[in-house]
Amino acid sequence: MWQRVFALVIKEFLAILKDRRERIIIIVPPLFQLFLFSYAATFDLNHVPLAIYNQDNGTIAQRLISDFIGSKHFERVAMRRNSHGLKKLIDDQKALIILSIGPDFSSNLRRGENARVQIILDGRNSNTAMIALGYARQIIERFNRRWAEKHGEPPPVKLVTRAWFNPNLESHWFIVPGIIGLLLLVVVTMVTALSVAREREQGTFDQLLVTPLRPLEILIGKSMPGLIIGLLESSALIFLATWWFGVPLRGSLLSLYTGILLFSLSAIGIGLMISSMATTLQQALLGAFMFLVPSVILSGFATPISNMPIVVQYLTYLNPLRYFMVVVRGVFLEAAPFPALIGQFWPMALIGLTTLTAAGWLFRHRLN
Amino acid sequence: MNKQTALHVGNLEKHFRAGRRLIKALDKVNLDAQCGCITGLIGPDGAGKTTLMRLVAGLLRPDAGQIQVLGVDAVLDPLAIQSKIGYMPQRFGLYEDLTVAENLALYADLQGLPPAERPARYAELLHLTALERFTKRLAGHLSGGMKQKLGLACTLVRPPKLLLLDEPTVGVDPLSRQELWQIIKGLVAEEGMSVLLSTTYLNEAERCAQVVLLYQGQVLGQGTPQEFSQRFQGRVWYAEQPGVLRRRLQDGLIRREEVLDAVLEGEGVRALLADKASPPNLKGILWSPMEPRFEDAFVAILAQQRRPTHTSIERAPVTFKKETVIVASNVSRRFGDFWAVRHISFAVKKGEIFGLLGANGAGKSTTFRMLCGLLPPSEGQLAVNGVDLRKAPAKARARIGYMAQRFSLYGHLGVMDNLRFFARTYGLKGMRYKQRLDWALDEFDLRTAADAIADDQPLGYKQRLAMACALMHEPAILFLDEPTSGVDPLERRAFWSRINALAEEGVTIMVTTHFMQEAEYCDRLAIMAQGRILAIDTPAAIRARAATPDNPRPKMEDAFITLIQKMERAA
Repeated sequence: MWQRVFALVIKEFLAILKDRRERIIIIVPPLFQLFLFSYAATFDLNHVPLAIYNQDNGTIAQRLISDFIGSKHFERVAMRRNSHGLKKLIDDQKALIILSIGPDFSSNLRRGENARVQIILDGRNSNTAMIALGYARQIIERFNRRWAEKHGEPPPVKLVTRAWFNPNLESHWFIVPGIIGLLLLVVVTMVTALSVAREREQGTFDQLLVTPLRPLEILIGKSMPGLIIGLLESSALIFLATWWFGVPLRGSLLSLYTGILLFSLSAIGIGLMISSMATTLQQALLGAFMFLVPSVILSGFATPISNMPIVVQYLTYLNPLRYFMVVVRGVFLEAAPFPALIGQFWPMALIGLTTLTAAGWLFRHRLN
Repeated sequence: MNKQTALHVGNLEKHFRAGRRLIKALDKVNLDAQCGCITGLIGPDGAGKTTLMRLVAGLLRPDAGQIQVLGVDAVLDPLAIQSKIGYMPQRFGLYEDLTVAENLALYADLQGLPPAERPARYAELLHLTALERFTKRLAGHLSGGMKQKLGLACTLVRPPKLLLLDEPTVGVDPLSRQELWQIIKGLVAEEGMSVLLSTTYLNEAERCAQVVLLYQGQVLGQGTPQEFSQRFQGRVWYAEQPGVLRRRLQDGLIRREEVLDAVLEGEGVRALLADKASPPNLKGILWSPMEPRFEDAFVAILAQQRRPTHTSIERAPVTFKKETVIVASNVSRRFGDFWAVRHISFAVKKGEIFGLLGANGAGKSTTFRMLCGLLPPSEGQLAVNGVDLRKAPAKARARIGYMAQRFSLYGHLGVMDNLRFFARTYGLKGMRYKQRLDWALDEFDLRTAADAIADDQPLGYKQRLAMACALMHEPAILFLDEPTSGVDPLERRAFWSRINALAEEGVTIMVTTHFMQEAEYCDRLAIMAQGRILAIDTPAAIRARAATPDNPRPKMEDAFITLIQKMERAA
């Protein structure tokens, strides 16, 4: 049996490596995308266009304004003394945020009274607006603290926040491990989704089925390239994540690779299932896309699963990437111990087992 | 009649790039086609026929040379030509989900036929192609022959001056083929159309006024079919030896120096002798002269380049054992509401060569796939070596060899990679593994390109490689699905001589073909059409059934046509 499986594995590797296009597909895009996505997909906002509407003539207001302008997050695009044209700045997306300071801001503060500033945000992109608001709050809070200290007033109750696992809230730390999972899913699913469909299209799959190879042997033979490529690819990505992007790898490699193995198996199972249902390469490619896009969106890669409608949350239980996201982020940032991840391991194993069995069955029983 | 030139091609060259390799699809091709007649472009697959057609139609640009179509330069002004010609590619673009009438209307729109002229033209074309009764039928539900006729009708919506037909008759049943030829001849005779037609069937040469023989991108000859065959007058003989199997007679003859070619025909063997040779004086063989054919010319030209290879296996006397190895009883297979195979039954004995003869879409491949366990039958029972391969253990599959249509190999891989892979999957190891690899390389003449990529090899080589892969493990039963499709006549002869040798060793062989002549090589054959078996018998007996006082020695093609006509009358 092993001789036959070995022959098949050799053949599968040759088929992938001798095809120049396929060779490129498995190496270049993942590395390119790791860099592209890591730099492009970030939650950190810099140079938010800021308009200032200042009706106050005092120096205190000037100090607050210079705090805003001095921040790396904001960039002043307009400074107004009257409200004329302010609305247009937001409408035309010239400014995302307006800091509005009333005429009695400085005098109120000097009298020891409460002074108010108003923040106006472009809410069309709610996510960005919330982040920008967060930055504005930080600046105002810092301004308050300094004011209180300087005037000998009892400092207002100070809220000290500390983000565990990612003290500086670097979004790279969150995104890069996620991208490892995403790219691993894409590469492994693609490599396997094309393998059976290509043979069906060329008519060699019939040839394979009449040999003494058993479905299990074909399954192993067809899975190995995906598995090995997945392991190599993810190792390269993990190396780059720590070495280039400086994401700390705090947990054990054993937990991480257990996750990668189980996750790859489930991706292979799904890839082979798609592949054995398709008759042409094009169908397989379409099928893979139909699977990949929703599984990325419903994985918690970018948006938290807990924010999704309940029905959709149940749907995510079928998505292996959901579990792997927890594993990869857990191992990287939390040093999650092996036992803590078992709850993520077994669903992936189950998905892998089910889809691989289904794929093996479909080799011979595909509905015509 | 004014013998103007419809098409002039001079020093035409076209290259294609496949990876790092440069393929010369056409190499300094010169030809002329006259107005008002049929010019046949004849050659095996890969000869360059389709490339030439596409160049003439202005769909490709040549690398060098000139093409003049009806006096217009095709290279400079392809658009002017496309309005004067009709081009029917190999797989004509019929819309399978549209009806016959809708397809016609679509092509009338595409070719800009004025609406006022349409009803009359439709009626004319439907009458010509005998499709009047089927105007409301979906094109996808037509038989292969009817699809070709509809394709032709669509090409003719606007009557062209020059009609280009790329393999219109290949894979079509003989009756439809005859009808297609009648339609084309009618167009030439009545409308004065000029036709350039390509085919891989050498026996269609006789139907053309002019023939161009194309082989590996080069023109090997051009002239009337008579000019080709007349040179062989007196060199073609019919040999009979009562009491000796004709296959053995053929084998004995082909080994002789003075015999260039020997094929089975009727009850004996048709032999082509070398130049100035006379029939060898052998005991018991009765010789009678025969008319030479176009095919003889092709074989003689090819034989100058290379001597046909023949296996040299010492034969044990043929002993047909009574053992039955393949049984199909009342098998049907349905795809949706389409019955690909309907209630077929047959049995094949050990060491027999059993043929399934039929047009494309007759149900041959479906039958094969069911026998090999690749497809479950909708009804009925199948057994190979007493077991249903679909349910049998893997060990049972190790006893069969299977060669799928179009020589399914791993094209990106090397020749040796393919051989090694199949040897290993069939569990060969150690000495036997080495021996069988060497055997495959020698026996199938594969050493010439053992290190090369399989896809880059010519079709004949790929066919030999596919067969080597299927035979690597010395199977007891061999399934061959259209094993000779598109290969040149010498490769085909070499192939059948190998098959004969295998059968004599006791290997049971099941083979499908759409070449009528190849039916003669089978011990018994089943003629299939529209999923049904019309007749099962020895080739001689099937031919004999079609004998009439007018045609006392009918060919297999005649027998097939008679059977189809009988079926259509019954329907």
